[in-house]
Amino acid sequence: MQLESLYQDIILDHYKHPHGKGLAESFDSEVHHVNPTCGDEITLRVSLDPQDSSKILVSYDGQGCSISQASASIMFDQLNDQSFETGTDAVNHMIAMMQRVEEPNEDVLGDGIALVGVAQYPARVKCALLAWMAWKDAAIQALGQEEGK
Amino acid sequence: MTTLDVATIRADFPILGRTVRDGQRLVYLDSGATSQKPTSVLDAEREFYEKHNAAVHRGAHQLAEEATDAFEHARANIAGFIGAQPQDLVFTKNATEAINLVSYAFLNATLKSAHGKALPAGSEKFILAPGDEIVVTEMEHHANLIPWQELCDKTGAILKWIGLTEDGRLDLENLSSVMGERTRAVAFTHQSNLLGTVNDVSALSAAARAVGAIVVLDACQSIPHMQFSVNAVDVDFVTWSGHKMLGPLGIGCLWGRSELLAAMPPFITGGSMIETVTMEGSTFAPPPARFEAGVPMAAQAVGLSAAVDYLNAIGMSNVEKHEHKLTEAALSALTDIDGVRIIGPRALNDRGSAVSFVVDGLHPHDVGQVLDNNGVAVRVGHHCAWPVCRRYNVPATTRATFYLYNDLDDVAALADGVRAAQKFFGV
Repeated sequence: MQLESLYQDIILDHYKHPHGKGLAESFDSEVHHVNPTCGDEITLRVSLDPQDSSKILVSYDGQGCSISQASASIMFDQLNDQSFETGTDAVNHMIAMMQRVEEPNEDVLGDGIALVGVAQYPARVKCALLAWMAWKDAAIQALGQEEGK
Repeated sequence: MTTLDVATIRADFPILGRTVRDGQRLVYLDSGATSQKPTSVLDAEREFYEKHNAAVHRGAHQLAEEATDAFEHARANIAGFIGAQPQDLVFTKNATEAINLVSYAFLNATLKSAHGKALPAGSEKFILAPGDEIVVTEMEHHANLIPWQELCDKTGAILKWIGLTEDGRLDLENLSSVMGERTRAVAFTHQSNLLGTVNDVSALSAAARAVGAIVVLDACQSIPHMQFSVNAVDVDFVTWSGHKMLGPLGIGCLWGRSELLAAMPPFITGGSMIETVTMEGSTFAPPPARFEAGVPMAAQAVGLSAAVDYLNAIGMSNVEKHEHKLTEAALSALTDIDGVRIIGPRALNDRGSAVSFVVDGLHPHDVGQVLDNNGVAVRVGHHCAWPVCRRYNVPATTRATFYLYNDLDDVAALADGVRAAQKFFGV
C-alpha cells in the first residue's frame, strides 16, 4: 500500500549497502545516541579536517532499523568533510522536512529527500533523525574543544 | 476451536469494529501494552460522571456519599477478583507507581530511621543497611528493575539478580548464590512481558522466605490472563495495572499483607492520607488511605470494577485456555516461517501469550511497519525490558500479545504479515 512511499528503493539500497560505516580511529569528539523506544543506536565520531579545519570529517557505526541505518548512510554522504554551517543547514532542513514544514530540497539533502515518506509516520521520525542529531551534537562538541584550545 | 465465543466478545469492544490503514480490519495484537475496553467499562465510567461525580472521602453531600460508595464498592469488587480483602488493596496511578510505593517504603523507613523520626510499628522490616541485598531477575520490566536500582543507589544496598537460561526461563540452579542472609527483598515478575515465561512463584517465594526476605510479585501480565488468588501464593505484595485487564487507563493496584502495609511509612503525601496535622508534624491514616494522597481516580476504579465483572462473567480459566490455544497456534505459525526465531520459551508449559520473535535480516521496526501496513498492531522495540534483549543479543523484538478478543484469523494475519515483510525486503 503506502510501504513503497516509506521504503523507497534508494533507502533500501543505503540500508543494504551503507556508505562510510565504520569508526575512524582518531577523532576530536564522539557521541552515542539511542532511540530509547526501540533500541536504535549510533556511535558517531567527528574530527576537524587536518587539511582544512573549517571542514568536519565524520565516521559512524550503529545498529537499528532500515530507516535509521539508511539515514546514517545518507548523512555520511551529505555531511562528511563539510563545514559546520553546511551541515547544520542540512540538519535543520531534514528536521523541517520531517515536520512537513519544508519541501524536500535535493541540493541540501541529496538522497535524503527519499526519507520524505517517513514524515507520514510519526513513530519513525526519530529513527530518521538519529544520525543527523548525533552529527550536530558531535560537531558542536568538537568545535567547542577547538575554541577552548 | 475455542472455549470462547470470540465473535460475541468482539462485538462488546467498539474499537475492534473500526478499520485502520485504508479500510483494513484492525488486528489488535498489542494487549500486553494495553488492552481494549468493552462497552460496559466505558458505560460505567460515563455513568459515574453523569450521575455520581464528586470528590470521594470528602464532603457530606449526597453526591460525595454516592461517589465514595461507588469507589469503595469498586475496591471490594477488585480485591475480591484476587481473593483479597478490600482494606489490603491500594489504588495507584499505574503498576509502576505501585512498585515504587513499595521501594519507597524501604527508602523512607531507612531515611526516617537514620534521623530518629517516628515510624509505624513493625517498620524495621523496611529499614536497609549498606550491604543489604535486593534480588530481582534479568527478565524484569524496567518498572520492576529501576525502582530497585534507585533504592540501592540511595541506601548502599546491593542489587543482585537471577539470570536466564537459553530457552527463556529463570536460571534457578544457582539460587543460593543470589539469595542469602543479607537478602531483604525479592521482586520478580509472574509472567515476562517480553518472553512470555510464567515463573514458578512458589519456588521463588520459598527461597525468599528461607532467608526472611519480603516478596514482591509483579503480576501485570498474569492477573489479566489467568486465574489468580493471593491466597494461592506466598508473597507479600502484588502489583498490577487496570488498563491491561480491560479497565481504564490511570489506575493501578497494590495488594499487600495487612501487617506490612500497616508498618510502611507513606510514599506520596498530602490530603486524605493523614490522621492529624499540626504545623510541627502529622500522623497518618491507616492503609489503604495512607497510600492514597489526593483526590483519587474514582471513575477509573468504577471502570476497572466493571472490567472485573466482565472477566468474571467469562471466567478467567476460559480466558487462559483460549489464550493458550492462540499461543500454540502463533508459535507454530511463526516457527513454520524460515528465518523466524522465537525469543522466549518454545514449549507451551508455564508460558503465557506474549510471543516475541526476530526475523533474520530484518529489524523488528521494519517488520512492525509491514504488519501495521496490513492492519496488524504489534509492539516493536525492547518492550521496557532492555536487559532481556541484551541477554539474547537482539537489538529489539517484534511482539504479539493475545487476549480474549483475538482469534485464529488474527494469528494467520500475523504470520501472513511476517511473510509479507520478508517478501518486501527480499530476505
